[in-house]
Amino acid sequence: MTGMLSFAALSTAEGGHAAAAADPSGFLGLLAQGAWLIPVVPLLAVGLIVLFGKRLPFKGWELAEGALAFVALYSIALLIGNWVEPMAFERHVEIARVGLLPGGGSLVLEWGWVVDGLSIMMYFVVGVVGFFVFTYSKGYMKGDVRFTWFFAAFSIFAGGMLVLVSSPNTIQLIVGWELVGLASYLLIGHWWEDHANNAAATKAFIVNKVADLGLFLGVIIAALAVGSFRFTDLLDAVEAGDSALADVGVWVGLALFIGAMGKSAQWPFHVWLPDAMAGPTPVSSLMHAATMVTAGVYLLGRMFPFYQAEGFGAGLKPLILVIGALTLFLGGLVALVQDDIKKVLAYSTVSQLGYMTAAMGAGAYTAGLFHLFTHAFFKGLLFLAAGSVIHAVHSNNMSDMGGLRRFMPKTFWTFVIGSLALAGIVPLSGFWSKDEILASLYYDSQHGGGGLATFVLVLAVAGAFVTAFYMARAVNLTFFGKYQGAGHPHESPRVMTYPLIGLAALAAVGGLVNIPGAFPAFTDWLAARVHLPGDHHAAALNLGLAAIGTLAALAGIAIGTAIFGRQRATQRERDRFRIPLLYPLLEHKYYMDDLYDYALVRPIRGPLARATNWSNNVILDGVVNACGAAARRLSALVYGGLDQRGIDLGINAAAAAAGEAGGALRRVQTGKVQQYAAALFLGAVLLVVGFLIFG
Amino acid sequence: MGWFENGWGLSLIVFLPLVGAAVVLAVPRARETAIKAIALGFAAASFVVSVIATVAFDFGSAGYQFGADTSWIPAIDSRFHIGVDGISLPLVVLSTFITLLCVIYSWNHWPEPHNPKAFLVLMLVLATGMAGTFVALDLVLFFIFFELVLLPMYFMIGIWGDRNPMRLPGFKRPVETRLYAAIKFFLFTLFGSAFMLLGFLALYFRSGNGGLPRTFDIEALSARGAEGQLFTGTFAFWVFFALFLGFAVKVPMWPLHTWLPDAHTAAPTVGSVLLAAILLKLGSYGFIRIALPILPEEAKAWAPVIAILAVIAIIYGSLACLAQTDMKRLIAFSSVGHMGFVMLGISTLTEVGINAAIVGMVAHGIITGLLFFLAGSIQHRYHTREMARLGGNQKILPRLGGILGFAAMASLGLPGLAGFWGEFMALLASYNPFAGANLALFRSAMVIGAIGTVLTAGYLLWMLQRVNLGEIPEEWREKSFRDADGYELGAWVPLVLATLAVGVYPAIVFGTTNDSVQRLVARAFGG
Amino acid sequence: MTVNQFLILGALLFSLGVYGVLVRRNAVAVLLSIELMLAAVNINLVAFGSLLGDTLHTGHIFALFVITVAAAEVGIGLAIVILIFRNRSSANVDELDLMKW
Repeated sequence: MTGMLSFAALSTAEGGHAAAAADPSGFLGLLAQGAWLIPVVPLLAVGLIVLFGKRLPFKGWELAEGALAFVALYSIALLIGNWVEPMAFERHVEIARVGLLPGGGSLVLEWGWVVDGLSIMMYFVVGVVGFFVFTYSKGYMKGDVRFTWFFAAFSIFAGGMLVLVSSPNTIQLIVGWELVGLASYLLIGHWWEDHANNAAATKAFIVNKVADLGLFLGVIIAALAVGSFRFTDLLDAVEAGDSALADVGVWVGLALFIGAMGKSAQWPFHVWLPDAMAGPTPVSSLMHAATMVTAGVYLLGRMFPFYQAEGFGAGLKPLILVIGALTLFLGGLVALVQDDIKKVLAYSTVSQLGYMTAAMGAGAYTAGLFHLFTHAFFKGLLFLAAGSVIHAVHSNNMSDMGGLRRFMPKTFWTFVIGSLALAGIVPLSGFWSKDEILASLYYDSQHGGGGLATFVLVLAVAGAFVTAFYMARAVNLTFFGKYQGAGHPHESPRVMTYPLIGLAALAAVGGLVNIPGAFPAFTDWLAARVHLPGDHHAAALNLGLAAIGTLAALAGIAIGTAIFGRQRATQRERDRFRIPLLYPLLEHKYYMDDLYDYALVRPIRGPLARATNWSNNVILDGVVNACGAAARRLSALVYGGLDQRGIDLGINAAAAAAGEAGGALRRVQTGKVQQYAAALFLGAVLLVVGFLIFG
Repeated sequence: MGWFENGWGLSLIVFLPLVGAAVVLAVPRARETAIKAIALGFAAASFVVSVIATVAFDFGSAGYQFGADTSWIPAIDSRFHIGVDGISLPLVVLSTFITLLCVIYSWNHWPEPHNPKAFLVLMLVLATGMAGTFVALDLVLFFIFFELVLLPMYFMIGIWGDRNPMRLPGFKRPVETRLYAAIKFFLFTLFGSAFMLLGFLALYFRSGNGGLPRTFDIEALSARGAEGQLFTGTFAFWVFFALFLGFAVKVPMWPLHTWLPDAHTAAPTVGSVLLAAILLKLGSYGFIRIALPILPEEAKAWAPVIAILAVIAIIYGSLACLAQTDMKRLIAFSSVGHMGFVMLGISTLTEVGINAAIVGMVAHGIITGLLFFLAGSIQHRYHTREMARLGGNQKILPRLGGILGFAAMASLGLPGLAGFWGEFMALLASYNPFAGANLALFRSAMVIGAIGTVLTAGYLLWMLQRVNLGEIPEEWREKSFRDADGYELGAWVPLVLATLAVGVYPAIVFGTTNDSVQRLVARAFGG
Repeated sequence: MTVNQFLILGALLFSLGVYGVLVRRNAVAVLLSIELMLAAVNINLVAFGSLLGDTLHTGHIFALFVITVAAAEVGIGLAIVILIFRNRSSANVDELDLMKW
């Protein structure tokens, strides 16, 4: 019985010797120790919603909303706490231990939670944006066929995302990573009666799964090199210049980056994100813009020292930079030609994620995460506002919209604030974060990044122009001009507009938490935990760069308004006219989808799968069946030829002779007793006579 | 509890179902309720005893527990030697657990031609064979239990199986699928077993060399095998090959797997569940318990072959799944891929790999068992398994559909559910296989196996899409269907909970197996 | 007195019995004829028994055996005849060919 106890006992281990700061004490300590509730509460809500949701007055919404409110409040408390005393706290709960023979020791699987600047920032984003989106969803999803299930799945996402960002080890990261993938699958395919939605959901899952191979392999290789799944052990090994890890450093870095590319929709894995817009708009807002897709950037941030260290991941920085730059520029261009307002925002998200990745590639930890932070607010807002429009006009297409600013003023103004923030107009949040990225790209180009970084900087500025251009287009087509759709659009109910206003406020002022030189609070939050080699947070605002970025944005807005601001004819033709060469390429999204479809999906699903099945049924089964048939043939030969005609011949002849004889003799047997008796006596008499004669 | 620990406890687990079968035989056929109640009672009793054994199990010790070792057939030095260690305990519990759930499910789901009495008797005999294989520590005893499961399963498939006609080369008239499948299953397994028996006999006769008494005892043979003196050279090569054939057919490993899709598809629901959940594990368990420790050097020599075949199985099974039109056959083929991960773990000959294999076996037992239950219930309602005809099941049968979605997610290895640990740890193990292994080969196996997880996700989502999602087809729109009833839920909910529990707290399995695996690996492969 | 007289008596009686068995149609009469044959044998047994002066009186004892067996045989035989009569309302031996193959 004693064995059982030790088996069941949960051992909590002291965490992170890498954590430079001591565990917080007093109330803060309690707060940090209780932070495990942050991922657990939404997951508990999932169970409760599934079991009891339908019986509740708000059909389970209140449970989801309550869980998110809890997360939001807790994260705010942690944020304040972190300000008071920077925290670097982690706890682990062992869930299994597996012996490792080569080198000895054990590989320990753990659950755990981290409370540090980076994770608190993510808690805050998920909790606060999530809270607004959940509130909004109550209005948006009203009357939906699966209202309760929607909130259950949405809570799976919230829980999974928090599992991900609270993870002190790579295993839990994978768990959270896949949980949000699951939630993404469930919610993209929320209206699964239509197979187009299912196809989009499956596509998102599979593309992510392909990229996850990188994550899996990276985690495996790193864990075996270090002997632990913990981030702290991994980063300690980096700091100590551990040779086992250095040997595989490039592979680990590459594999993890591939994983990040999938989740964060980096080129060429971005193809799933625009299709993911098949899901309800709140889902697009929270998952496919604000939080889930930033998980890859978060991973790069968590592993930042690894990617900075020479001999480990530093060699990959140019790759990360280039992928980010490609994504930000190519993604932005496609947004120019989309008619579906959600697709415009989706490609915009792809583009902005490219900015974050490029920042990480340039070694700008704070800049990348700061853009993640502000982007969550303004892009979440833009999606919710777009959802409000879609709710009103019952169409995703901007060709069905127009002139809506008169019908829905609140939506209009919040959308404009979000657009300006995205375009990077001072003093809205996007300005500060985009400027920070431009500054760090510039810094990189001056400090070892060379021509590549300069090129990326140019692309980033061009991207700023493109961003402003497509947002100007979207605003003009949606809210100005004449209404093109059917029916009478009207402003959304308050349950939807209040979250818009809340997010608009955050999108407006969110950037003020990190004013270079004046108020670098955000930098301080994030810097508390780990030594950040090479994170060159700009000490002061680079006015020249800021001016260039702002000018690019203003130019984009001006040109966009000039083209799309007046009464419009057919939009599609105008687009074609304006960008004749690029248009077909952009409209087909660089033919990436077709490439994947024809080069990978179809061959695997079609010929390859069929060939495998054929080889199974015809070749392998053919061999088996041929063995069976041959055995039958052989048995027929042995039985019919040898046995029946050979050996049995004599035996059968004897039997046949006996039968014939019996047939002949049976006539004697008449059944008449007296005849038998007569024969008997006759015999006796013959015997007597015989005796007399011969005896 | 002295009696419990001296072999009686294990004997109860193993033989209670057999006693139950005898009792059921004595009850007249017409009294169905009594028959079911008795079968349920004995299956439950066996499960309860196995749970008691788990509670009483000393998790700190790596050796065998609750053992008994008495004289049995002195003429050939075969003894009634039983016992469990951390490797076999999870599998014993799994087998009694699944048997119990099968009896519960069977309460009101009978395949034609009805006859619960015969069906339950077979099931109980099967239970004895399955549990017995996992506790046997004597090769003869092992062989008997191993073969004992064959016959009931043969009859289950052959009598209660799929009656649809199929065309076979060499036969003029169509043959009933069940007959073909049952005979194929039986002959295939018997083919393997024959070689396995030869291997056992060879080990027995060679074990006497060097002045030692001949023995069938697995422990003694493992000890002699670890010394590396007796079983060497060509002899060892052929013996391993013989054992390999026997176990590989059962696992089944590519290309000896072709009995599996037919048998699983043709078997009645409960038969498929037992086949997938337990019977396949007999093979992989045989590798871990017998082939590796007794012939460690040969295991190293054969490991690359096993790894290659395992990886082929992973990719091949997944691709074949993508081409299926029959839902049950798809799930059957998925077993080929999943058991590929188990074998990949075993082929690394490391602690991580073997632990992963056992977790993979338990997870596959739980999850694929559940999937077969669900496929059976879907067939029961729609009278078809053709995915092209199904659709919108989530709308027609929300509870069943929801559990199907859960099971599919678990089967594709979603982290946080049971299936993940087996796959992930097997991949992890193949990055660092045993000392002296061909690293390039095993690491390629890791990458290819990982690609297999993508294909796995592909076919399971595709299956979900075609069965669960979409609009309800015309065919079913007017019909009324009954969602999962109490007995079905009674069989499924425990599996769902087990999937979650192992997923969230994998020490349920790892905590049990690790010490014993460590002992096994340390003795056989040094370290 | 010579033994011949007894043997002649026995032979006559036996011949009478044989005649009866072969000729009579009634099953009961056939049975009675068999009894006559047995009686003839008994006469012979007793005659030879006393002629040989056997101290163990084997002939006499055998005669007693035969009488006992005959009684049992008639008992069973009559029972069969009665059953046949009940089934067929006839005890005519000619009609009885059940034993024909």
